[in-house]
Amino acid sequence: MHTQTVSQLLQGLREKRFSSVELTRCFLDRIARLDGELNSFISVDEDNALAQAAAADARLARGEGGPLTGLPVAHKDIFCTDGLRTTCGSRMLDNFIPPYDATLIQRFRDSGSVLLGKTNMDEFAMGSSNETSYYGPVRNPWDHKLVPGGSSGGSAAAVAARLAPAATGTDTGGSIRQPAAFCGITGLKPTYGRVSRLGMVAFASSLDQAGPMARSAEDCALLLNTMAGHDPLDSTSSVQPVEDYCAGLGNSLQGLRIGLPREYFGEGLDSATGAAVRAALAELEKLGAELVDVSLPHSELTIPTYYIVAPAEASTNLSRYDGVRYGHRCDDPRDLHDLYTRTREEGFGDEVKRRILVGTYALSAGYYDAYYKKAQQVRRLIKDDFMRCFEQVDVLAGPTTPGPAFGIGAKSNDPVAMYLEDVYTLAVNLAGLPGMSVPAGLVGGNPVGLQLIGRHFAEGRLLNVAHRLQQVTDWHLLEPAAGRDA
Amino acid sequence: MAIEQDEIEKIAELARIRIDGDQVPEVTQRITEILAMVDRLQAADTAGVEPLANPLDAIQRLRADEVTESNRREDFQAIAPAVENGLYLVPRVIE
Repeated sequence: MHTQTVSQLLQGLREKRFSSVELTRCFLDRIARLDGELNSFISVDEDNALAQAAAADARLARGEGGPLTGLPVAHKDIFCTDGLRTTCGSRMLDNFIPPYDATLIQRFRDSGSVLLGKTNMDEFAMGSSNETSYYGPVRNPWDHKLVPGGSSGGSAAAVAARLAPAATGTDTGGSIRQPAAFCGITGLKPTYGRVSRLGMVAFASSLDQAGPMARSAEDCALLLNTMAGHDPLDSTSSVQPVEDYCAGLGNSLQGLRIGLPREYFGEGLDSATGAAVRAALAELEKLGAELVDVSLPHSELTIPTYYIVAPAEASTNLSRYDGVRYGHRCDDPRDLHDLYTRTREEGFGDEVKRRILVGTYALSAGYYDAYYKKAQQVRRLIKDDFMRCFEQVDVLAGPTTPGPAFGIGAKSNDPVAMYLEDVYTLAVNLAGLPGMSVPAGLVGGNPVGLQLIGRHFAEGRLLNVAHRLQQVTDWHLLEPAAGRDA
Repeated sequence: MAIEQDEIEKIAELARIRIDGDQVPEVTQRITEILAMVDRLQAADTAGVEPLANPLDAIQRLRADEVTESNRREDFQAIAPAVENGLYLVPRVIE
């Protein structure tokens, strides 16, 4: 059962070829057997998962149920789950049991899905390798010496190793797309505001967005149908109507104009990865798409802009962790100041502290105009670059990452080298656009991804392009050794 | 822009994060590297460019001023490190 796609599993459940309890048990057994090495889950609540599965089976037996009834889904440990520990990969929230569900979790419950477990992640989603997690690094199922990417590295590794049929992730600067590329799965970051952020632990509020991670574009579409929509409890949630993301999957690509930003194919891109991406683009060309040379002239300012905007917002958001209302508190505080400073010293890891310090600096008196305001101005220039491209083309395409996954420990002591890993993904968040990573084959035995970028709210178009590509290629069907394990 | 150790200590104080004295040089070095990387921004011509705070240039929507949530103080305080009589406890602030 673990080798089947979401759409196959849903059909099997509806036709009663297997029950949700059997299906959930199958994945729980695989997690118990294989995840000791991978470390892709932080929390698995077997009893609750099986109880939800039994309830789903009862609904299916009555001919009821929602679109995902009985399907086990893993959720990144950034989404609050009522009664189930939500750590965000941090010691600060090691003991945090939320008293409510994130809207995204509620939507999955309403759709009938079974909550399989909570996946490992970089601490507070700050990282590109899953090495900043308080719960230890996740290993890449393709090669255990490599990182799975981050920050949604646990979700990507779990789906790639067939420990879950699908998972959710969040993406502030590439945290769905980069691990999807490194683990050989399909991941979509929707338009800013498309999916509710209520109950999703905040990192950078003008960039954060949740999305699906699965084995195919079709599976991502099925999940996004449940995830997307207005939430009155999130003031930045979009009121734009939601389409049926499965409806247009098969549309023709004849005449589709795909822009290739020349800055994404220049210096810094591994040549074999570039060749893999070009091979994927050639397939799209055969399907009738036209490839067009375009430019995003402010690309070189993307990383500096992001590393002001994101830490500034993070330093503000993370000021809530004060050791008073929930989460970690230091022992025997001498006074209130000692309570705050020692709680935060103990509760946060090194990378989170660095970003809080950079953000505090950028927002502090005397530096605000030079850093924060300047970065917000360049942010507009970066967005305007994209808007100009979309006057000429329908979709943009390029590599998701500069190369395949790197080794565990290779960049963990050099923050700036780590930041450069996200050079092709960050701008999409700054502009609020939907972006997707689609498997594009192997380089040296490890997966790389093709990135697709669309106009605001053009998730359906991206899924359509990815689905058509997956109809004529088999890169998304490649499995790591851990997934082939019976 | 180079940053001095005493500035790091000042920022850490603003952010309410204690840094062990022997770690200050290492933290200063890392932050200096990050600031050197972001300093490329200074060369950008941004004259007359409106800062972008929300990628969709959205504005804050208002809702009717109606009570929609119930009082769940006990649930929320059940996860607090220290509470008493419905109050959050912290070390004595006023002697």
